[in-house]
Amino acid sequence: MLTLEGVSKTFSPGTVNEKQALREVDLQLEDGDFVTVIGSNGAGKSTLFGAIAGSFVTDRGRIELDGMNLVPLKEHRRARYIGRLFQDPLKGTAPSMTVEENLALAYSRGKRRGFSLGIPRRDAASFRELLAAMGLGLENRMKTRVGLLSGGQRQTLTLLMAVINTPRLLLLDEHTAALDPATATRVMDITREVVGREQITTLMITHNLKDALAIGNRTVMMDEGRVLLDLRGEERAGMSLDQLLALYSRESRRQFDNDRILLSTARDSHAQENHS
Amino acid sequence: MPLLIGSLQLGLLYALMAAGVYITFRILNVPDLTVDGSFTLGMAVSAVLSAAGHPLLGLAAAAAAGLAAGTVTGLLQTKVGIQPILSGILTMTALYSVNLAIMGSSANVSLIGGQTVFTLIRDRISALDMDAIRLMIALLFAAVVIALLALLFKTQLGLSIRATGDNEEMVRSSSINPDFTKCVGLAAGNACVALSGALITQYQKYADISSGVGMVVVGLASVIIGEALFGRRSVTVGLISAAVGSVIYRLIIALAMKSDLFPAFMLKLVSAVIVALALAIPTIRTRLRDARARRGGPKGGDAAC
Repeated sequence: MLTLEGVSKTFSPGTVNEKQALREVDLQLEDGDFVTVIGSNGAGKSTLFGAIAGSFVTDRGRIELDGMNLVPLKEHRRARYIGRLFQDPLKGTAPSMTVEENLALAYSRGKRRGFSLGIPRRDAASFRELLAAMGLGLENRMKTRVGLLSGGQRQTLTLLMAVINTPRLLLLDEHTAALDPATATRVMDITREVVGREQITTLMITHNLKDALAIGNRTVMMDEGRVLLDLRGEERAGMSLDQLLALYSRESRRQFDNDRILLSTARDSHAQENHS
Repeated sequence: MPLLIGSLQLGLLYALMAAGVYITFRILNVPDLTVDGSFTLGMAVSAVLSAAGHPLLGLAAAAAAGLAAGTVTGLLQTKVGIQPILSGILTMTALYSVNLAIMGSSANVSLIGGQTVFTLIRDRISALDMDAIRLMIALLFAAVVIALLALLFKTQLGLSIRATGDNEEMVRSSSINPDFTKCVGLAAGNACVALSGALITQYQKYADISSGVGMVVVGLASVIIGEALFGRRSVTVGLISAAVGSVIYRLIIALAMKSDLFPAFMLKLVSAVIVALALAIPTIRTRLRDARARRGGPKGGDAAC
């Protein structure tokens, strides 16, 4: 269970660049919740993730994961419990190390690292099985340097690395946005499958409103550093894209002018037409 | 033949230093200038303790001192947040005073007539001549240290250190503290460098305060020569190729000196030029290719018209 209470963060306070990125954010996730997060650029979505993962120290507020206070913990300590994926597929893997070595590092997350062998043989076999389940043929390239893989392969590997020791919380920051449409769909399918199977409590930022409503069991909308909407249950189930857009405009009391969201919605419906 | 054996001995002893530079430069991806200071630190510690009759203790203490020097640079980089290059320069500069203090504020210490690891072994095995013993000890140290390092980088800790030089973000999200792995890497690298200095001191029977000047360039030259031969592959191959590179570097220097190609004082200039040229090769290649492409290229010429 993740609890945020009154979490605030202001960047560069007292300067012309002062930016209130998070304003008194309250959010509670139950175990197994899969929450999609939407909002225009600069709404504070990624900052929220940074606050939870510990990329910076928050100014005020409480952040707890399963009753444990996260605030005093540094980023690498929080990473024991939190898996995180970024939009950039290059961010999550070490390029000059092999697939196997990358997995081994992720697998030892939260455990003591010492002078034991990096990749015990039995682990190598289980890594191979896990990769085979991803369906990318990566299981035959265990000794390949990750830098030689495609973006989609690297992001899939990063996803596997994030969940290889089931984390208590998974943070997905537009993790399919930089991939080509076919690969993006595939990575999203794998995401749903893994999160569903392991019942991982998950927050996922997306600019694709259709995905936002279709995936997971809750949708949170952010604007100007606040949580604007928290849709769940029947209200969410009955929500159409147009209604969501209208709701957003009303709630934020301004026109929904984010090109990126409009574009991705348009592109998506376009793709659907082509498909059918 | 004596030239070959001499180069082999020196090259293998300096191979430890090259391996240390390989760890910081290639694995951690940090140019570590501590090396110039920690090499002399190893020499000073080894010289003083050997002069007092403890050559073996001298080697161990030198490695420990190098470890400490590397840790200081690591702490300056991570906990204090000073740029990597400047951190190394600061430690190196501070070490100059430390080294003089260890050597009793004299610029050199002589071991002539005293015990060294080489004389210790000779006294035990009188059947072998000194050159063979020197070669044997140099080979033994190079092989053991490189084998230990190769093993280290196959452990969990070693994987973490390698990942730190590759993608710090990923290291942090694997719940590893990159500050810690950087310090361990720098400590291990400088321990090797200091041990190399310690062995060289006992080999040549003197320590000089200025011996470490330009040592990092010599280390880089060895790493690069090795890579030119073996390519950039796994860490184990990298460590071995750095050692081979070190031997070849010594051979080149010895040949150049013997044929009076250049006077001894030109050594550092020549080393710097070798390293600069080697590092420039990828850029020169791209420039040449781009220039060819801009002119229309040998094949694309017709299409361009």
